[in-house]
This record gives sequence, structure tokens and C-alpha cells, in this order.
Amino acid sequence: MKKQKMKRVYFDHNATTPLHPEVKATIEKALDVFGNPSSFHSFGREARAQIETARELVASFIGAGTDEIFFVGSGSEANNTVLSVLPCNKANCVCQMKTARKVVTTKIEHPCILESAKCMTRKGSEVLFLDVDQYGKVSFDQLKDVLAKDDVGLVSVMMANNEIGTIQDIKLLARLAHEHGALFHTDAVQAVGKIPVDVNKLGVDFLTISAHKIYGPKGVGALYVRRSVPFCPLIVGGHQERGRRAGTENTLGIIGFGKAVQMRKVEWEAEEKRLLDLKHALKDRLSRDIPDIRFNGHPTNCLPGTLNVSFLGVEGESILLYLDMEGIAVSTGSACASGSLDPSHVLLATGVGAEQAHGSIRISLGRENTLEEVEYAAGKIKEVIEKLRGMSTAYKKQRSPA
Amino acid sequence: MNDWIYTDIVKDHFMHPRNVLSDEEDFQEDGRGMVGNVKCGDQMMILIKVDAQKHIITDCRWKTYGCASAIASTSVLSEMVKGMDIEQAYHLSPKDVAKELGSLPEHKIHCSVLGDKALRAAIDDYYDRSGQKDKIQRDEARIICQCMNVTDHEIEEAVLEGARSYYELQEKTKIGTVCGQCEGDARRILEEFLKKHFSTS
Repeated sequence: MKKQKMKRVYFDHNATTPLHPEVKATIEKALDVFGNPSSFHSFGREARAQIETARELVASFIGAGTDEIFFVGSGSEANNTVLSVLPCNKANCVCQMKTARKVVTTKIEHPCILESAKCMTRKGSEVLFLDVDQYGKVSFDQLKDVLAKDDVGLVSVMMANNEIGTIQDIKLLARLAHEHGALFHTDAVQAVGKIPVDVNKLGVDFLTISAHKIYGPKGVGALYVRRSVPFCPLIVGGHQERGRRAGTENTLGIIGFGKAVQMRKVEWEAEEKRLLDLKHALKDRLSRDIPDIRFNGHPTNCLPGTLNVSFLGVEGESILLYLDMEGIAVSTGSACASGSLDPSHVLLATGVGAEQAHGSIRISLGRENTLEEVEYAAGKIKEVIEKLRGMSTAYKKQRSPA
Repeated sequence: MNDWIYTDIVKDHFMHPRNVLSDEEDFQEDGRGMVGNVKCGDQMMILIKVDAQKHIITDCRWKTYGCASAIASTSVLSEMVKGMDIEQAYHLSPKDVAKELGSLPEHKIHCSVLGDKALRAAIDDYYDRSGQKDKIQRDEARIICQCMNVTDHEIEEAVLEGARSYYELQEKTKIGTVCGQCEGDARRILEEFLKKHFSTS
């Protein structure tokens, strides 16, 4: 059966991104680099050299030293690693952490932080989840209070939120943590390559990066660990990455990661402005054409390409699937799409009602998106919302437009 | 394109829903039922017309707020009941609906459950309006676990939300976690609901 090729629009860059053509070419060229980077012979040295080049690229992009960057299997692994440092309270452990002190994080973190934190509580650590305001900004005063009151060992706050795009003031939060003797980690998976990230300007001790969110390959990330900060590996049993992460390096992934970062350095600034313009165009169209919508997240302190919007009276999975039929890829904070019964923990933490959370979709734009795509999608979203509202018990048309 | 998690029939009913109540339409229903709520992510309303002489449902309209499986379930149900004996319609189960749709993913079965509940509510409303209150079958919840105050309805909910073993049921409902006397009853009811909703025979 012959199928007409459907127009496809990818608006889900916070989930993952396609490979940058330059990254693809670099990986293709490196396909024959097979030596074990730990081997002393020429095959190994060849792989080692490429990994170290990538390390330099990643380190310089965020203002770190090469000895402060080590490669891991994913952003989730990096985050799990950081949270595993604290509850490790073996008396003679190399990491020299004295005892299981309190950990502070937020209610809007990625599940890999939330679940790790919950796991820590089962191991005897105390964890506090900070509230956020209606825009998703972390409560400063609450952090101040808990730092003054309790013996906090680590504060972990994500730099930019994956669902609503809200950007935290990491510099201030990190300073606050340090004033009270706590270490500071930020999950910058959504931030790196989209907004300025410099570990020294931010003053963080740990920072998480992932390659596949910035047009690099999947299965590789990096963790920045400030020199002299106590550290304990999550995966042990090998001297790779200077003993900080055992396991033979994902050479191809790391090479691609390095290239992806290099391309970000060239492209991100111009892209930030372009995506912001596209987002505003989309936001204006949707506000003009569709009644009863709400935008979620911070109106200005927000990732340039991220737009989270709720349509009252309709459910997100239905919107997502109707748009998928039109070739448009978005994601949703609705419960039904996730397989759980609860809608987005991020939206609920900002205090929006369950209905608004169920009816939300996240549109995340990227480097290949165009104004034409935005206009096409805006038109289709309007049609889909009208159709779904027409069959919804939860939507009453106010007045038909003249 | 790769396959959806849904069958083609679900997709068809989702994309082309039948018998949706339109705002312009003047549908004079004999019974109306509404169940679920928007907070939980799905809500359904079913309107029926009944031929009182022949005891059959002659026409049906609906509205649904919910995901693809909720919309498809109501749509297919609205087709199934047209021309159906009202007593027979009263006893349609979520499994009948899922079967008509060619199956639903397991974690979506609970979305289709509201459909037959809404239909029963509509039939109850018809019975009420037509002076046949005696036919309304009140579905009273029965407390199984006295300590934690867990009812058979809650066991059914838990099953539909994914509990497959007694342990998982306990995780969801805390049933039998105090004195443990109800374990036998709870296990038996769990089996019944598993059979009702998930057995293929």
C-alpha cells in the first residue's frame, strides 16, 4: 500500500534531540575506533586521545577543568551518583563524608533525583523537598530556614525544569548552601547548551549534563565534580575515569558528546534568540485563537524553546494522540499518558489544579524548527482542541464567536 | 509509522467517535447518567432513548472528558447498546467493551470502566423517571477489612489500577495489614475481580 509521506513536526526537544549533522559525521568517522581506552597499545591510545579531546570540549564549555569532568552513562546516572555520595557513611570510606546528613532538594526535580532521594530516606538519610511558587521558582526562604535549622549536607536543585522550563537562580541558591556548609548540586541537563552555564560563576560543586538533549548521542552524560569536593563512585570496580566511574568508556558516545558540545558553543546564542521568537509567535497564536487556555511556568525566567500550556476541558493524552495523527510530536503532563494515575508532579507543585495538569501539553522547540512549522502546528492544535472540547463533558462553550 | 499502543478499532473510534452529543442537537433522552470527575482525568455522560414497550435502547448519545481509551470506550459502547435489550445493557461489563475494541492495554482498562458505569447510571435514571424504581440495583460497597476500612469496591479499583497479587493489593489499599483476619476473603475477592476484568476465557 502506498502511503503519502506525512508532514512531520518534532516539538519534543526536551525529551530528546536528533543528532546534529556534524555529530553524526564525527561518529561515523570514529566507527572504527575500537581500542579499549585503558589499553597502553596504539589502539587504546587512539581511543584515549579522542576521549580526552571530548573531555576538554565539555570542560571548557562550562568553565571546568578537565580533571573535574567525568563521563557517565546518562544524566540519570550522574544524578544518582551525586545523591549516593551523602548516605555513604562507612567510617573508613575514601569519600571522607562524615555522616549521613540531611539532603535538600525540590518538588519539581526529575524523577531520577526524586526517586534517589526517596531511596536515601530508606537508607536512613533525611530528605526535604522544597516547595516552589506558582511559576515553579524554588522558595528561598524555605531553603534559608532549613539550612539555619538543620545539618544539611547537600542541596540539589535543577537549573531549568524539563516540563515547564522555569530557570532557578542557581548562583544565589549555591551561595546560600555554602554559607551553611552544605555542598550544592544542580541538574543542568535542560540548561546546558541553551542558556549560559559556567560552574565557577554559578559556584556549584556538582553539575549534571546529558548529551542527547543537545543533539548528541543517547547513553552518555557527564558529571562535573569540583576539585577537593568529597566524592564516592556509584559504579566501582575499575580505574576508568580516574576511578570515579568504573566500566569501559562509551568511546563513540563520548566522541559524539564532545562534538555536540562544540557545535553548541557555535550555535547556542543565535538559537536562543530565534527560539524565543518562535515561542512568542506560537504563544501569541494560541492565545489569540483558542479560548480558555493557561500557560504554565515562569513568563520570563524560562528556557527559550519550552512552552507548557493547558487547555481547559480536554485531557492531554487525547491532544497528544490527535496531534500525533497530524505528524506533530509534543508531550503531556496528563496522568493517562504516563501510565500512572497522577498528573505531572511539577504542575501540581506549582499549585495548578488537577484539571489544568491533565490538560497540559509541553511544546519544546529546537534548532531545526521553523516559523512555518509553528504556524502549521498552531492551526492543528486549534482544530484538535475544538474537536475534543466538542465531545467533552468538562467544556461548555461560552459564546460562539460572531 | 510504528504501531500505537492501541488497536486499530480503538484508534478508529477515537479519531471518528460515533454518537457524540452535539451542542446544537435537541436530543430528548429518557435517561441520563454521568460518572467520574475531571480531577481524576476522566468523566463520562451517557444519554439513552428507550422503547418502553419493547424494552430496548433505541438511541444513545454521549460526551467524554478523558484519554483515547476513554473516548473510544464510550464511542464503541454507544454503538453496542443501540437496539439492545435494556436488561442486557444493564449487565454489560468493562470486559465486554474492551473485547469490542479488540482489547485495551492493561493500564488503560480502568479508563473503560466508567463507560458501563455511566450506562448503568443512565438506565437507573430511566427506571427512576418511568416509575420502575424497583429495578434499580443498588451497588452497595461491602467492608472487607474492618481494621483499615477497605471495601470490595476499593479492591476492584486497585485491581484496575494494576494490583495483581495480594502483596500489590496491600500496597495499594493497606488491606489486611493490621490483624490480618480478612486475608482469605480479600484473596478470594481479588481473584474474582482479576477473573472479571482480565481473564481471557
